[in-house]
Amino acid sequence: MARYSAFSIFKNALGGNRGWPRAWRDPVAKPQYDVIIVGGGGHGLATAYYLAKEHDIHNVAVIERGWLGGGNTGRNTTIVRSNYMLPGNTMFYERSMRLWENLSQDLNFNVMMSQRGQFHLGHSPAQMDGLRRRGNIMRAHGIDGELIDRAEVQRRLPYLDYSENARFPIVGALYQGRAGTARHDAVAWGYARAADRLGVDIIQQCEVLGYLWDNDRIVGVQTTKGDIRAPKVGLAVAGNTTVLAEKAGVRLPIETHALQAFVTEPIKPFIDNVVSFGAAHFYISQSDKGGLVLGGDLDGYNSYAQRGGLPIVNHTMAAAKSLVPAISRQRLLRHWAGAMDMTMDGSPIIAKLPVEGLYLNGGWCYGGFKATPAGGWCFAWTIAKDEPHKDNAEFTLSRFEQGYQIDEKAHGPQANLQ
Amino acid sequence: MIRLNCPVCGLRDETEFTYLGDATARRPKMDETDPKPWVDFVFFRDNPRGSHKEYWHHVLGCRQWLIVERDTVSHDISSSSLAKDVSA
Repeated sequence: MARYSAFSIFKNALGGNRGWPRAWRDPVAKPQYDVIIVGGGGHGLATAYYLAKEHDIHNVAVIERGWLGGGNTGRNTTIVRSNYMLPGNTMFYERSMRLWENLSQDLNFNVMMSQRGQFHLGHSPAQMDGLRRRGNIMRAHGIDGELIDRAEVQRRLPYLDYSENARFPIVGALYQGRAGTARHDAVAWGYARAADRLGVDIIQQCEVLGYLWDNDRIVGVQTTKGDIRAPKVGLAVAGNTTVLAEKAGVRLPIETHALQAFVTEPIKPFIDNVVSFGAAHFYISQSDKGGLVLGGDLDGYNSYAQRGGLPIVNHTMAAAKSLVPAISRQRLLRHWAGAMDMTMDGSPIIAKLPVEGLYLNGGWCYGGFKATPAGGWCFAWTIAKDEPHKDNAEFTLSRFEQGYQIDEKAHGPQANLQ
Repeated sequence: MIRLNCPVCGLRDETEFTYLGDATARRPKMDETDPKPWVDFVFFRDNPRGSHKEYWHHVLGCRQWLIVERDTVSHDISSSSLAKDVSA
């Protein structure tokens, strides 16, 4: 398949743009592969791509029930950052950030990575102490972080509420300049096209119904398009992880919850960065089309429904208006929800499962999108070598019984609070 | 908006309640010394796609704990009762 380049755009423009080939094949599943990845979202496609690129395993199938990127990959607020401070998280997300920075070139597909910077606001001296600690840990790991005071926040973000009667006065912020946004659909499509070029078969509209067993070992999957065999099966199906793990008899520390996101009608350039409210769970950025992209809290109760309830709409808009009073008359264009794997410590699982032949990439909670490149990279490593890379070595399933939870928010084992 | 039928107060908005989660998780007996049942109780959940028994606290109402059976896809509620009447 042709490489995308300035020349190819020029050439195809002369031909009336009728000469573009399809970006990836639509193959019929072979009966046998080396690895099957269940789930054609960002993580699954990235895993297949890195299996082929880094580990020379090309005989790989990605099986997707619906369409590529139709789950949480297409339902997030597109934010990319690496401001984590607990061992196990910090360098994993930084690996992701470094992959993001070169992703468009690597995939030969424009993922519209925009390192516009992210402000995490602090609203009390105690919160600023917490942000200073976080920033110091980031800098000690070679990650950029900058603590800025109220005057500097006001200079850079003049549209926030700095009035006397602001309920949560802004004291300062932790700024990560390399953070930003990327176009979520393009990430799925870019990985799909790049994986396909390396020989990966992407099979859509194919639901996994169960597993094929050889005694206690999984040797493939039963699907709506027939049995497909492989000695290694990887799950990357966040939201439905427990459903597919249960079919293999594995119980997980995961609950599924709905997380909503919102887009307003488009306006002229207004919010240049990503801004996270420190007083409530709320974050805002502006898409290239001009719509303000907003996100907030979970709905709060177990839900597989990919739609949200109105109380959280109300709650999120209240936070938006409290932080950015100027948008109080903006109208929402769309809102939607994704089904999140919420783990009991707020951190993911990338590991071999107790059943031989089964591997898991899941439990992403709120943070799956930014983790897409490193999630795929580390999952590919884990599948290929049958052991974790040091960057995902802490993301085990056994950490819960061993007392090594990675609870970044210190919320304890309550999934809907993570 | 989910509306929950509180046996004491009647049909009320979900915003009057707080959610705890899976009502089938059972705390081991306090003299249980095997860590496995404790790990199961604290961390592991069935997380069904479909009917789910769960605790809701009517915190802005009668302050009773409810056990509600709700479908996690459609949010249809098939039963709700006072927790003290059920789990005794």
